[in-house]
Amino acid sequence: MSSPLSREEVAKVAKLARLRITDAELEQFTEQLGQILEHANDMTSLNLADVEPTGHPFGLINVMREDVVRPSVDRDAVLAEAPDAEGGRFGVPRIMGEAP
Amino acid sequence: MKHAIDIAAVVNAKESSAVAELATSMAAIAQKNEAIHAFLYVDTDGANAFAAAVDQRVAQGEKLPLAGVPVAIKDNLCQTGVPTTCSSKILADWRPPYTATVVERLIAAGAVPVGKTNLDEFAMGSSTETSAFGPTKNPLDLSRVPGGSSGGSAAAVAGDMTPISLGSDTGGSIRQPAALCGLVGIKPTYGLVSRYGLIAFASSLDQVGPFAKTVTDAALVLEVIAGHDPMDSTSLPEPAPSLVAHVNDGVAGKRIALVKELYEGADEEVVAAVKKAVAALESAGATIIELSIPELRLGLSAYYLIAPAEASSNLARYDGVRFGLREQGADVSEMYEATRTAGFGAEVKRRIMLGTYALSAGYFDAYYGQALKVRTQMIKAFAKAYEQADMLIGATTPTVAFEFGSKTSNPMAMYLSDVFTIPTNLAGDAAVSVPFGTGENNLPIGVQLLGPGRSEATLLAGARVLEIADGRP
Repeated sequence: MSSPLSREEVAKVAKLARLRITDAELEQFTEQLGQILEHANDMTSLNLADVEPTGHPFGLINVMREDVVRPSVDRDAVLAEAPDAEGGRFGVPRIMGEAP
Repeated sequence: MKHAIDIAAVVNAKESSAVAELATSMAAIAQKNEAIHAFLYVDTDGANAFAAAVDQRVAQGEKLPLAGVPVAIKDNLCQTGVPTTCSSKILADWRPPYTATVVERLIAAGAVPVGKTNLDEFAMGSSTETSAFGPTKNPLDLSRVPGGSSGGSAAAVAGDMTPISLGSDTGGSIRQPAALCGLVGIKPTYGLVSRYGLIAFASSLDQVGPFAKTVTDAALVLEVIAGHDPMDSTSLPEPAPSLVAHVNDGVAGKRIALVKELYEGADEEVVAAVKKAVAALESAGATIIELSIPELRLGLSAYYLIAPAEASSNLARYDGVRFGLREQGADVSEMYEATRTAGFGAEVKRRIMLGTYALSAGYFDAYYGQALKVRTQMIKAFAKAYEQADMLIGATTPTVAFEFGSKTSNPMAMYLSDVFTIPTNLAGDAAVSVPFGTGENNLPIGVQLLGPGRSEATLLAGARVLEIADGRP
């Protein structure tokens, strides 16, 4: 049986998930993800058109609190654990290209 | 090692002290951890300070439910200033700026956190073999896995290094290692225990729960950590249930259903243990019926689409910006990719990719959407079963503890070790694994009791009956 997903699809998914994978990993992931999806055939083949989906066991409801100021985690303590921080902000590499 | 309830009694009575009890635990860790590798980090200074504070509170007349009880914490629960790695290189050097509610509650109850325990990377696995820092050994047989993902927390208790520990259970990650290490493990009702400070894997499934050697100790810990937490919007708006007071309630008059789909396919010795447990419950006055719930067979497939889908979203936050590892890149996109590629191990990448695929345009309805409908079917099937029975019984795992490397090359084989535990997480219900008998090489077998939401007291009373029948009065 051919794999339910192709190497091209796996490569695309890796890109979407911001992961670089080697050719050997591409081969391996394609086979393994294929096996998992094949196992899921027991489920995907069912006709459940009339069934409501459940995203959460008890249903999520919005939880509100009073709009009052209260202490939260200290900014400096958070930034101290960041790979790069400066002037009270997270530091990141360049986001935009040079102006033309 | 003394049980938690006995440690608390002698510390509260000032016949012992938290400092002395901690010394016993620390000596055991120093002697055994190198071989077992249950702990990734031992917080000697922090534990000494917590113990001293407990002794001071007791001296001032406080009575604390867990006075001076050393506790091991799974390393996906945050504790201020203590490394919290999720057994991943991507968080290897991170120290959280806040503490999980469950850890705060343990400390408030007099427990002494001694350190952080190993797990499968981001709790994705069933053996601790996906940990970036090497696996944990089963203290009962060092050539075998302790189970996972909370394998380090199970090994800490099974190896007599701490009397109790905390784990988290997304698809069986407390119950499966409890079964493989001969412990009591509880997966509480979804929302009963706060998840604030639990690093998210699959948010609609994750729950924190205890490991202990006895039903009473497990009940005691759950009582301490349960109850509403305003910091977790999925937390049930109700106080912690009374559990310890009910552990000896027995099962007289209870209707217990042996469910075919919860033992079929397990090793013969496991099936035999389940049937013996059923007989013990019947002798204790329960009415036994047999049920088939075919929907449960779809649990594994639904879980391995839902959990990776949620994980792919939850783990998007590890991008090298706010915490943990950063690998350099020419621009921010390259930095994201370099960081995630270097920081995540193979199993985490596999699940992120599977989840990304299941959520992607064109496949969403066929995979993720379909899995959510199966989840509905499963919840309805469980609800129907609970009209006929107060609790269900089956095996926790298909086999006793397996050998290292025996399932690592085939993800599907590893996933199958959670086939009996997964349905409870999908339903948001409660379940307990309790040791009952032994199998191959004298290794423990776990029997699983399952109930509807908020049935913990009933399940623990059932587990206590089995504990007594198995020779642990």
